[in-house]
Amino acid sequence: MTENIPVLIILLPLCSALLCLALTALGRNLGIIVVKLSCLASFVLSCFQLHMVVTGGTIHYAIGNYAPPFGIELVIDSLNAVLLVCFSLIGFLTMIFAENFADKKRPMLVGGACAETALLITGLLGMTSTGDVFNLYVFLEITSLSAYCLISLGGSRGVVSAFRYMLVGTIAATLYLLGIGVLYSVTGTLNMGDMREILSAGGNERAMMTAMCFLVPAFGIKMALFPFHGWQPSAYTHAEPGSRPLITGVMGKVPAIAMFRFIFCIYGTEFGFVRSFLLIIGVFSVSGMLYGSLMAMGQTDIRKVLAYSSVAQIGYISLGFAIGTPVALAGAFLHMMGHAFMKGGLFFCTGAIRYKFGTTDINEFGRIYKKMPLTCGLLTIAALSMIGIPPTAGFFSKWYLALGAAQEHEWIYIAVLVISSLLNAVYFFRLIEKVFIRHSSELKDRWQSEALELPVSIIIPIVVCFAAILGIGLFNVKLVDILLMTLEGVGL
Amino acid sequence: MTFMALEYRPLIAVLISLIASGLIYVLGEHIRPNARESITLTASILKIIAVYSMIPAVLAGKKISLELFSIVKGVSFAFNVDPAGMVFACVASTLWILTSIYSIGYMRGHGEKNQTGYYAAFAMCLCAATGLCFAANLITFFIFFEVLTVATYPLVVHYRDAEGTISGRKYLAYTLISGQIFFAGIVIVYSTAGTMDFVPGGFIKEGMIPMPWMLIVFFMMVGAGIVKAGVMPLHSWLPAAMVAPTPVSALLHAVAVVKAGAFCTLRVVLYVFGPEAAKACHGSDVLAWMAVFTIIVSSFIAMRKYNLKARLAFSTVGQLSYIVLGIAILTPYSTAGALYHIVAHAFMKITLFMAAGAIFVTTHKKDIREMVGIGTRMPVTMIAFTAASIGIAGFPFFAGFVSKANIIMGAVEMGKPVFVATLIASALLAITYLMPVVLIAFKKNVDNPEFSERGEAAYAMLIPLVITAVISIILGIAPNAGLHLFDMAVMAGNQIFTPLM
Amino acid sequence: MMTTINAYLAAKGIYMLTLVLLALGVAGIIVCNNYMKKLICMNVMQVAVIFFFLCLGQKYPATIPVALDSAVKASEYVNPLPHGLMLTAIVVSLGTTGVGLSLLLRIREKYGTIEEDDLIRREELMNRKAKNGGNRK
Repeated sequence: MTENIPVLIILLPLCSALLCLALTALGRNLGIIVVKLSCLASFVLSCFQLHMVVTGGTIHYAIGNYAPPFGIELVIDSLNAVLLVCFSLIGFLTMIFAENFADKKRPMLVGGACAETALLITGLLGMTSTGDVFNLYVFLEITSLSAYCLISLGGSRGVVSAFRYMLVGTIAATLYLLGIGVLYSVTGTLNMGDMREILSAGGNERAMMTAMCFLVPAFGIKMALFPFHGWQPSAYTHAEPGSRPLITGVMGKVPAIAMFRFIFCIYGTEFGFVRSFLLIIGVFSVSGMLYGSLMAMGQTDIRKVLAYSSVAQIGYISLGFAIGTPVALAGAFLHMMGHAFMKGGLFFCTGAIRYKFGTTDINEFGRIYKKMPLTCGLLTIAALSMIGIPPTAGFFSKWYLALGAAQEHEWIYIAVLVISSLLNAVYFFRLIEKVFIRHSSELKDRWQSEALELPVSIIIPIVVCFAAILGIGLFNVKLVDILLMTLEGVGL
Repeated sequence: MTFMALEYRPLIAVLISLIASGLIYVLGEHIRPNARESITLTASILKIIAVYSMIPAVLAGKKISLELFSIVKGVSFAFNVDPAGMVFACVASTLWILTSIYSIGYMRGHGEKNQTGYYAAFAMCLCAATGLCFAANLITFFIFFEVLTVATYPLVVHYRDAEGTISGRKYLAYTLISGQIFFAGIVIVYSTAGTMDFVPGGFIKEGMIPMPWMLIVFFMMVGAGIVKAGVMPLHSWLPAAMVAPTPVSALLHAVAVVKAGAFCTLRVVLYVFGPEAAKACHGSDVLAWMAVFTIIVSSFIAMRKYNLKARLAFSTVGQLSYIVLGIAILTPYSTAGALYHIVAHAFMKITLFMAAGAIFVTTHKKDIREMVGIGTRMPVTMIAFTAASIGIAGFPFFAGFVSKANIIMGAVEMGKPVFVATLIASALLAITYLMPVVLIAFKKNVDNPEFSERGEAAYAMLIPLVITAVISIILGIAPNAGLHLFDMAVMAGNQIFTPLM
Repeated sequence: MMTTINAYLAAKGIYMLTLVLLALGVAGIIVCNNYMKKLICMNVMQVAVIFFFLCLGQKYPATIPVALDSAVKASEYVNPLPHGLMLTAIVVSLGTTGVGLSLLLRIREKYGTIEEDDLIRREELMNRKAKNGGNRK
């Protein structure tokens, strides 16, 4: 049983997604309950798997017992294992959260959205754990297709955003396919570990460079790295509100992991040209960090503010790759986890405010803290974490990034980190100011209850994100130790 | 009872305020105000006990250090109680209880809103202040430093009006920018030196960083301190923050925030860079001249201010530069003087602010020119005000004299006549801007109908300000009375400079 | 001279053609104003990659990967893996096209047009309306 955990983590949400609609037809809530349970199970299993990886080392799982390199392999090293726990947790929280935004009159639509969310979770978890480049493509497409559907469920603006995202996303997938085609033509294998062995023998530099030219834009588009982010703000803004925390919190990170795999695990920094690519990625990230924050300042819709801030935050992650030392990479992955909870948490808050007051315009947020102290508490903590105020998660990831940059004498990167934090401070303190200080016309309360400010199913995700942001911050060393188990071997 | 062991006391002192802050925030709206305030008072008493109980060990030269867990790879979240930190911790914890009592009187007398948030943020500030006293390394220090920055923000914008918002933005702009640059400085120092633990005398050796960069890194780190300490030209957030209620001003000016800035400067100059490196990169010279400039200019600005609180604010700007100057002179005397000035200025300035607040709550007067004859109405308050004013000017037998004399001795030792002259001149200037208030208040032969009847502020306000005034006199006559603060300041000075002597 | 070009084209020419096809597809997505045309161009682009993979698997002289008595060595068979991969890619492209078409139907339903210019104009109109509505509230 325990040896099948890696594949069960992916299969459970997949099966429940496929069953969901049929079960919804049988009983209104049956499908949703099954999906929730499967997400919970995959979270619990991923925790267990993390324990196994930490104690017993990397897990290699051959799907269907076809031995790699011919069969498909799942490789769970310490890095994947930690990220899987985070992502499955956010997936589960999103599933709990989403029910509040369901249209109770149309059960089939609700079931469909639920199935799509479960498919998205499947795709994301699969992309994180796979050790096969073509399998990665398949999971990438599962992720993308379910994301297109979820974004299109967010009203008429959502449909257009989804279509635009689909066009761009397909270009990315095609570029990815071309890239792995080139790599396949010189190595004759699709297994990542195998490919690494063959490529490290050298002699294929030209093909590798060509492939990289396709792969970097492909992942850049998928993770919304500046300047490939064009689709992202409107897609994040208009996505279906229930699944938005998952889309914004996790969807941009997983392609980043794939990018990391290609640059550091398959190619390796011993090739000179990889450094040139890292420099290009560094330039992209630095510009993205500044551009995203500047654009976020000009927005009045909180969803747009957060979407542009994601462009900047993805820049932090790719900046870690660009620096390329184990410490900086640990910072990048710590930021990946921290930011998943921060951005997820901020969108849980946005959803909660929208649920209670029906608005997302920050100019109307005057003093809502009186009615929603808990939500505003998380909003503040998450915002401080975005800026990088200790002892939240954001500070510590920034610390490792800056430390890595300092060790490599990349002073410009440190300067940009500082400037970007300050730009973040401008728009997040504007938000805090609105929430705590400004007066505005009284908002109509759509959900009234004596005991609680919100339904329990919204409060749980908010509290968990709150704890996670502080927990990742205070106990970052444990996480970094686990991450370094894998990262020590790679990087500069 | 291992938890009560000496090593855990700094942690307890920090946690008490943190827990109090959390309790007040969560329960505040659901319990009666008296119960809420009793949380503050209980916590402040417990904190005083925790802090004072460490004094004998510190005086005996015992090492109290506690490593909790690693906060970033290779560095622990650690506390280390040394004499310098102890001086500041004693001041902060003593003044917390006095300001709390005063706040109760002020906030109720003035019918303020949002009191729960106020007390919670106040406790949080104290938690951060104590934390940075005891922090054993730069990253622990920085964590509390930033928590202090953020926790002060709600206090500055307490009234939630347009003016408060603008002041809040100004405050954040100054402190966050300098804080982030401090962060970059810490990263650079850690990556070059490989350590972050505070060492008396510093751990950065001359030539570790090539020259022009050394000065830049020095100012990247000291910048955060001097912004909070209000050294010109980075002071303008401090007068702007005057819009907050008076107890907040007292907290900003006397108890926690600006003192944290001065303390940060002390830690960076003497415990990170150390006297040799600070001198070698000319950082201390630049710092000293900035302080001299501030001392003189702020006094002239203070003279032109007729809002009492604004005048006091500029007085703080000048007084804090004494501390910075004392640190930058780099001698054992001046360092002891600087540390002791943290104590002396705290008690004197808090008396002045409390008096100003008492006047405002009782008579709603802010402008000095409207206070003619107020001494007839509030004699006790104004006598305390007078005592503190004289102390600020540095008269013998007041606390300000002890610290200033030590700084001057240090300046003489280093052969810097300009600094001596500055300190003496500024004493005269302090008289010129504070004495008029006293003279106006006690002006004879004025029959101001508003002030003809006696009517002091409520006891909750009056008692703390009398106590602080009395303490500032006691500390002037016997600098070691009670807590041995002066001994500890001298010990800190000697620790830093022993390797040199 | 001609022979070198001929030899080069014989060996690599087909890749050039797939590249041209890919470029055409991408250019179409960027240039076309009509969303339906964009979708078609997207398909062209995907087909180009499928061709690319099929060409990778092709070689002479070799036969289809079905066990024959005459051929026993691996070099006598065409590599079936790229073809197998492309089956997946075709399915994915079909799925994407399906989603794209249904999105187009919805866009047509909600906006009454699938021309990019018109859509942008409508969105701006909606933005302005939303802003005015916000002010009135």
